[in-house]
Amino acid sequence: MNNIIVYCETDGGRLCDVSLELMTKARDLAASLSCDVEALLIGHDVRGLADELYSYGAAVVHLADDKRLEFFRTLPYASITIDLFRKEQPQIALFGATSVGRDLAPRVSSALHSGLTADCTSLEIGDHQDKEKQYHNLLYQIRPAFGGNIIATIVNPEHRPQMATVREGVMKKAPLAAPVAGRISEIDVNSILKDSDLTVEIVAREIEERKIDIKGAQIIVAGGFGVGSKENFDLIFELARTLGGEVGASRAAVDAGFADHARQIGQTGVTVRPKLFISCGISGQIQHTAGMDQSSMIISINSDPEAPIHKIADYAIVGDLNVVIPKLIKFYKQNSK
Amino acid sequence: MNDKLKIVVLAKQVPDTRNVGKDAMKEDGTVNRAALPAIFNPEDMNALEQALRIKDRLKDVEIHLLTMGPGRAADIIREGLFRGADGGVLLTDRKFAGADTLATSYALAQAVRKIAPDMIIAGRQAIDGDTAQVGPQVAEKLGWPQITYAEEVLYIDDNRVTVRRRLERGIEVVSSPLPVLITVTGTAAACRPRNAKQLLRYKGARTVSEDQASGSEYAASGKCSEHFQIPEWGFAEIGGDEKSYGSSGSPTKVKKIENIILQAKESRTLSDSDADIEGLVKELISSHTIG
Repeated sequence: MNNIIVYCETDGGRLCDVSLELMTKARDLAASLSCDVEALLIGHDVRGLADELYSYGAAVVHLADDKRLEFFRTLPYASITIDLFRKEQPQIALFGATSVGRDLAPRVSSALHSGLTADCTSLEIGDHQDKEKQYHNLLYQIRPAFGGNIIATIVNPEHRPQMATVREGVMKKAPLAAPVAGRISEIDVNSILKDSDLTVEIVAREIEERKIDIKGAQIIVAGGFGVGSKENFDLIFELARTLGGEVGASRAAVDAGFADHARQIGQTGVTVRPKLFISCGISGQIQHTAGMDQSSMIISINSDPEAPIHKIADYAIVGDLNVVIPKLIKFYKQNSK
Repeated sequence: MNDKLKIVVLAKQVPDTRNVGKDAMKEDGTVNRAALPAIFNPEDMNALEQALRIKDRLKDVEIHLLTMGPGRAADIIREGLFRGADGGVLLTDRKFAGADTLATSYALAQAVRKIAPDMIIAGRQAIDGDTAQVGPQVAEKLGWPQITYAEEVLYIDDNRVTVRRRLERGIEVVSSPLPVLITVTGTAAACRPRNAKQLLRYKGARTVSEDQASGSEYAASGKCSEHFQIPEWGFAEIGGDEKSYGSSGSPTKVKKIENIILQAKESRTLSDSDADIEGLVKELISSHTIG
């Protein structure tokens, strides 16, 4: 009772990275609250994934395994989650900010009249004073708001569970050295699902393999609106290829059609923290830098000496990217072995 | 089921957070919110277009805008009317102020019950909060199914609607019975422009409050009755549990707000000269950052 429950999403029979990242974060939170971490796993033929969840610290895996649950559908998944939260009364519930989590979590929070904070970038435990009343050990749900121009800390003093969604790549994923001795708690799906939960039908699904993986890249070369055209983005690709990195883009470049949406970095895209981030023709609005400012090293190339991106860069190159990038490629080829 | 298919489009007036230019920044590096223009939330425009396309196809369709906000949010209703909607309601009351997504959803659901539509279409999320919560929460309050991340309504008849959804790595086509709530992504078709006929017809559309504010002389002249009146609904009109509105109906509380200030860190500025670039590349190679 009153533990932390992480909704664990699957994709093609595997646990999603974001769920394992949340399990890792939940362990930290549970340590300061002296409670357990539990997982909620819904799907079909997913029982075998419990072992991996034990290695991320799940004391209990609440399992709803049923043919009708093979693919995510809002109503049956929500009914199971709401029923479990009513019985288990978790103090905190975490969901990935995926198209599944952002569909499911608000539905659940509405039914339970609990609060929900979307797309948190940080979660902490702390106290809260409200008028005369003192609250201990609340979940601080920290997120950018207002287009990323402010950072808000949200609390949920009176209602449980305290619910939050977090985007993939924001938290770090780390399994335990040795798995905990967890157990499966079977959810009786038949007793929960009603016919009315199954009225929405999936007619077709076409899911592409994940081709572009900028999140896992050690080196990222990213282009912005300043690259000028889709053709000129070839220069970005060439530098990335030369250095063995991936190509990223700012929202402005994606909106302009220079690069694929999957490459978008920032608050509305992917959050990355590579070893090296080379920013080309990006002005550096906070919506973008929120997704890359944790990179170990940042090199900015922008002809505008006042561009905000230069302020967060380790090396700020004030110059035309059409001049600088070919030189980077040339000198790299001359000097690397 | 109504005689006509009745669609409610949920739309929000938002500050244009995407274009925070230099003039919108205060000297301390924080955003001057008052300097941002108020716009029709972009994905709600995509939602309106999907509703208009259903109307193109089925004829017997009525589209009503529903927005919650201060008096100036009547602009949202007018914009919807100019582009082809048939009516709209402005939800406005001091009791609704300070609402989080849950209390907002409660108010919207109460108003929807009064309009009694067969379908709700909304934008996936608003650019001032990016939460994507209000759609699913309204659906839950009404006990309706929801289809989020919709890109196109493919097929609709009296009983069911078929929708293509855009997910992270692909698409999904789902079919749902009516009534249903659909949220539309920015990848959906853009909204058509204003229609000249609609513009002429609705250019004088105003709320009662706007009429009163424009002067008693105008109001006394009796001209008010000649133009389309945008209904304003408050707690008195939509009823419900008073404590579920506004800040008292909001489980989440804002503990702290920090303005983002771009901080400079230890950095070196280089030029595009051969010497600077080659020096940098050699440094990166020797520190094993690259190569």
